[in-house]
Amino acid sequence: MRLRLFVCSLLLLVLALPLAVPWLKTPFLLAMSNGVAVLGVAVLIRAGQVSFGHAMFACLAGYGAAYAGRLWHLDALLLILLGTGLAAAAGAVIGLFMVRYRGIFFGMLNLAFSMMLFAVLGKFGALTGGTDGLRFDRPTFGFVHLERDAFESALLAVALLLAVAAGWCVQRYYHSVAGQALAAIKTNETRLEYLGISAKRIFWGGYVLAATLCGLGGTLFALTQGLVTPEMGYWVRSGELVFVAILGGSSHAVGAFLGAFVFEFMKLYAAALITGMWQLVLGLVLIVMVFVAPTGIFGLLSPYLGRHPHKRHPAGSRAVSREAA
Amino acid sequence: MSAPLLETRGISLAFGAVVAAESIDFSLQAGERLAVVGQNGAGKTTFINICTGHLAPASGKVFFDGHDVTGRSSRAITRMGVGRTFQLPQIFTAHTVRECLLLAASSVARRRGFWIPLEEAVDAGAVDETLNLLQLAGRADDLAGSLPGGQRKLLDVAMALVLQPKLMIMDEPTSGVSSDEKHDLMRVLMGALDERQVTTIFVEHDIDIVRRYATRMCAWIAGRIAADGPPDRVLADPVVIRNVIGA
Repeated sequence: MRLRLFVCSLLLLVLALPLAVPWLKTPFLLAMSNGVAVLGVAVLIRAGQVSFGHAMFACLAGYGAAYAGRLWHLDALLLILLGTGLAAAAGAVIGLFMVRYRGIFFGMLNLAFSMMLFAVLGKFGALTGGTDGLRFDRPTFGFVHLERDAFESALLAVALLLAVAAGWCVQRYYHSVAGQALAAIKTNETRLEYLGISAKRIFWGGYVLAATLCGLGGTLFALTQGLVTPEMGYWVRSGELVFVAILGGSSHAVGAFLGAFVFEFMKLYAAALITGMWQLVLGLVLIVMVFVAPTGIFGLLSPYLGRHPHKRHPAGSRAVSREAA
Repeated sequence: MSAPLLETRGISLAFGAVVAAESIDFSLQAGERLAVVGQNGAGKTTFINICTGHLAPASGKVFFDGHDVTGRSSRAITRMGVGRTFQLPQIFTAHTVRECLLLAASSVARRRGFWIPLEEAVDAGAVDETLNLLQLAGRADDLAGSLPGGQRKLLDVAMALVLQPKLMIMDEPTSGVSSDEKHDLMRVLMGALDERQVTTIFVEHDIDIVRRYATRMCAWIAGRIAADGPPDRVLADPVVIRNVIGA
């Protein structure tokens, strides 16, 4: 109950604050898109796997949306659908290969794929715009032409709706048979096989879900910026997603968004205060979090949200918390 | 005599120069309770691993319930009705005891959806019954990782038992359990397997346990079955006394 109240209050804040302070729209949109992508990375963390390449799905989705926007002038809502679908399809194909690997090999193979994409996007300038990326015109929104401010407001509302839907679906997934089996991969894959459950198939489902969420985040990001660049798929960006997942805590979907908002504003203010060295602040925060609050911001808030560490939580969250601790 | 539940024909496997299984012909009838004994490295676990699909034999065939299962995956063999437990209990330490069993039951129900909550996807009655049978009901909501050694063994068996196996293969069910607890553990285990009428193979080093619970015994020496028969007869075999019991 307290958690629901907390989530509702956050949603109201995200909706109301930009009305009072309009410049907040863009950072809120960026945080929201980042949060959705982080949610994808958090799904993999439940299986005990860390990917240093999942930004590639955000990048693929962003480029897909940019191309479709430039070529066919599709509506923003259709671009969201298309970009997310593209990432899901790519995740389904790449996942077939990835689910055979665990641990460092899984992390590095994802990184390798993302760097291949980064190189292709950077080098095939005639098609991809090279390192400058692809710019695309502001699309219609619900088949209505909107000015920039109105477009951002509508996008923020849709992003918020999609973020809530994604968070709810992921929580539902965590409690499902597939979600519980995914968490079991982290603690005992052997037993899973001896129960007659295919760990690879379960992990593939989680991988596709993660790619889909990263794709959704990437499309929202591209629509916010009106520009996509290879940097979207660079390994540092994938590392950021993992960083935010740890910062926010991966025991609950809300953690991804808490982390994304804190990260966005921390970056914003750190970059303004100590230009060129804002990464130092992020590094210090990560060190402090790992030592002081290994369960992330959500883990810190959990006792106040009426969440007992051993009750009602899907198993993966306990695994995550215990490992972090 | 009816067709054997488990049968191996000439299975062999070597790890380099070490012969772990050498042309083993073996059959097990439904309803038997077989104890497998032997020194460390005699090939007992290799035999189990071959029968459960963890290892493929270099030569020979394995049949379960009349089907050739040679080289099939452990997952496929499990689905055919072979439950397995391990020397070190293989449990989901971050799940509760009840969740471990629910997850196992979901495999029988063949429901692995993304949407239906685990609790609603399976027959909770069957899970509760198994928890009671193995005296784990009192710890149903505790984390599996917090259980003591004996109860971890019981949970390992419970997860395999929920699968409604025709054959249960247990690798050293009493290892790591104090001598005081061994008999209580075996009483609960064997009681549960009797109740479900599950044919059983168990690897065991404790001869007292073997005498008390086995209806048949196989003694393994250097990858071969040196003696096979009722426990009293096998335990009286001089070769077994010299090489296995060590008296």
